[in-house]
Amino acid sequence: MPGDFRQDAASTQSSALSTVLPSRNRLLFLKVRGHIGLVVGGITVAIIVLAALLAPWLAPQDPYAQDLAQRVVPPVLQEDGSWAHPLGTDQFGRDYLSRLIYGARISLLIGLSAMAISAVIGTTLGLLAGYFGRKVDMVVTFLITTRLSLPVILVALAVVSLVGSSLWIVVTVLGLLIWDRFAVVVRSATQQARSQDYVAAAEALGCSKLRVLLSEIVPNIANHLIVVATLEMAHAILLEAALSFLGLGVQPPLPSWGLMISEAKGMLYFEPWLIAIPGTALFLLVLAINLLGDGLRDVTAPENRS
Amino acid sequence: MLVFLIKRLGLALLVAFTVSVITFSLLRISGDPAVAIAGEGATASEVEYIRQQYNLDRPLPVQYLEWAGNALSGDFGRSIYLNAPVADIIGERLGATLTLGASAIAFAILLGLPLGVIAAIRPNSWIDRSALTLAVFGQALPSFWFALMLIVVFGVNLRWLPISGSESWQNFVLPAIALGYFVMPGIMRLTRTGMLEVLSSDYIRTARAKGLRVPKIIFKHALRNAVIPVVSLAAVQFGFMLGGSVVIETIFAINGIGYLAWQSIQRSDFAMMQAIVLILASFYVLLSLAADILNAALDPKIRVY
Repeated sequence: MPGDFRQDAASTQSSALSTVLPSRNRLLFLKVRGHIGLVVGGITVAIIVLAALLAPWLAPQDPYAQDLAQRVVPPVLQEDGSWAHPLGTDQFGRDYLSRLIYGARISLLIGLSAMAISAVIGTTLGLLAGYFGRKVDMVVTFLITTRLSLPVILVALAVVSLVGSSLWIVVTVLGLLIWDRFAVVVRSATQQARSQDYVAAAEALGCSKLRVLLSEIVPNIANHLIVVATLEMAHAILLEAALSFLGLGVQPPLPSWGLMISEAKGMLYFEPWLIAIPGTALFLLVLAINLLGDGLRDVTAPENRS
Repeated sequence: MLVFLIKRLGLALLVAFTVSVITFSLLRISGDPAVAIAGEGATASEVEYIRQQYNLDRPLPVQYLEWAGNALSGDFGRSIYLNAPVADIIGERLGATLTLGASAIAFAILLGLPLGVIAAIRPNSWIDRSALTLAVFGQALPSFWFALMLIVVFGVNLRWLPISGSESWQNFVLPAIALGYFVMPGIMRLTRTGMLEVLSSDYIRTARAKGLRVPKIIFKHALRNAVIPVVSLAAVQFGFMLGGSVVIETIFAINGIGYLAWQSIQRSDFAMMQAIVLILASFYVLLSLAADILNAALDPKIRVY
């Protein structure tokens, strides 16, 4: 932690020098700036989030407007392409750039919501297992093992096909299926935090167990939580794309990137750019989120670097 | 060790039981399966006939026990769409999925293990950095999109490899790459960390001090110890990949149980879906059990349970 470093440095050097040392926030800022992956990932995520928020103003056209006279127009860089449709149009003549920009909204919305559901489930289980140990821990370990043995894509496909597919059903199903990493990480982080003096102090002061968990342990494992949150968000985005690609995720005409790839797969031989464009967007978003998560881990908890 | 074995085995059995209950109830969350099997436009008497035919009129626990009992003896019922025993069809298709899974894990190990070893021998060199970059990129690549891009490049443009079917070994090259690259980063990172740890240990220093040659130290002394966790990771990932092969098998039209699962979902073939989920989950339970026992046998520190 930057704070420890500062104290160590201060105690070994003269007091005059210690005042010259940068502040804790300044040190963190320097570390962040020095981490290329974190900077690149953070900026890319920020750009995509902005594009999603500002979609109505950024998109050149209505993403749902069909123009059957302008079907499968190639992107501007290819022959016959024009600036009227910078990324071309799909088989219904819908502007591909506009669909791509609106598609960012769906990926981010599903990624964030599914991650939030799994975070609540996984964190609760992990906290209980790590703090109470013994039987509670055994039950949670059993739940995690059971969850891991269920094949995610297959179970999600089966449930969605039975319950019906809509955006919120996909979010719920994914959220209920991907909490395992939260539980595993929070459990071991809580086990470590539990043996710390500040927890013993809070218990000695007579704090309730709930209060110890929420105001002593949770803040101290928050950095682990943020890292897992980014990884699971990327995971959920990939799963949604795969489900939509198989036809059991987000339904047409919503411009999900996975669905765009699925709709274009019949034209794989002649118009591969129809698949290349949304796939690249998906890849860049997931890559950026992962870089952000890895970077945050390196900066906040260097001892966990793999 | 015996106590560990018994406890671990008990956990595996309990998990297998729970998974079977979940699989069983999964298909009943949507309401009456008899109505779903009968399809749209069926009359009440037809639904009633199906209900009796499939024993759906009995209490749920009885239905479960009967289903689970039959499943244990290898009878998963009949497929309503293909009108054949589910177990026979799965038996025919399992080979393709296992071949795909095995070639994918082989691809991941053949690429990930050497990369991890080289990266650990020369940490922070250009080769270490490129291996890590490859790992980061690999984990972000959507596998179904990667598969389609492989088809475009190697199947359509270069015409090197077939892009669908499962007749010859060439059919498995592209699917194995598409499925295996996702596991490669994990294997590479674990090999790298393991090797770094082992290479800085005392017994490697002793080996060096004895004047042993570096290749001998790396292959005979270091790799053997660093590879233990990689083996169990590979076993567990193999289980995950069998479940994840649904997408890849569907894209490449490989006649395995993943493709079968997708087809069964489209056809509302409930008995088939249940059987596939249960079999894949059991595979995972067995593989993770084997991995844990292997780990515990090789490293006594893990045996505390």
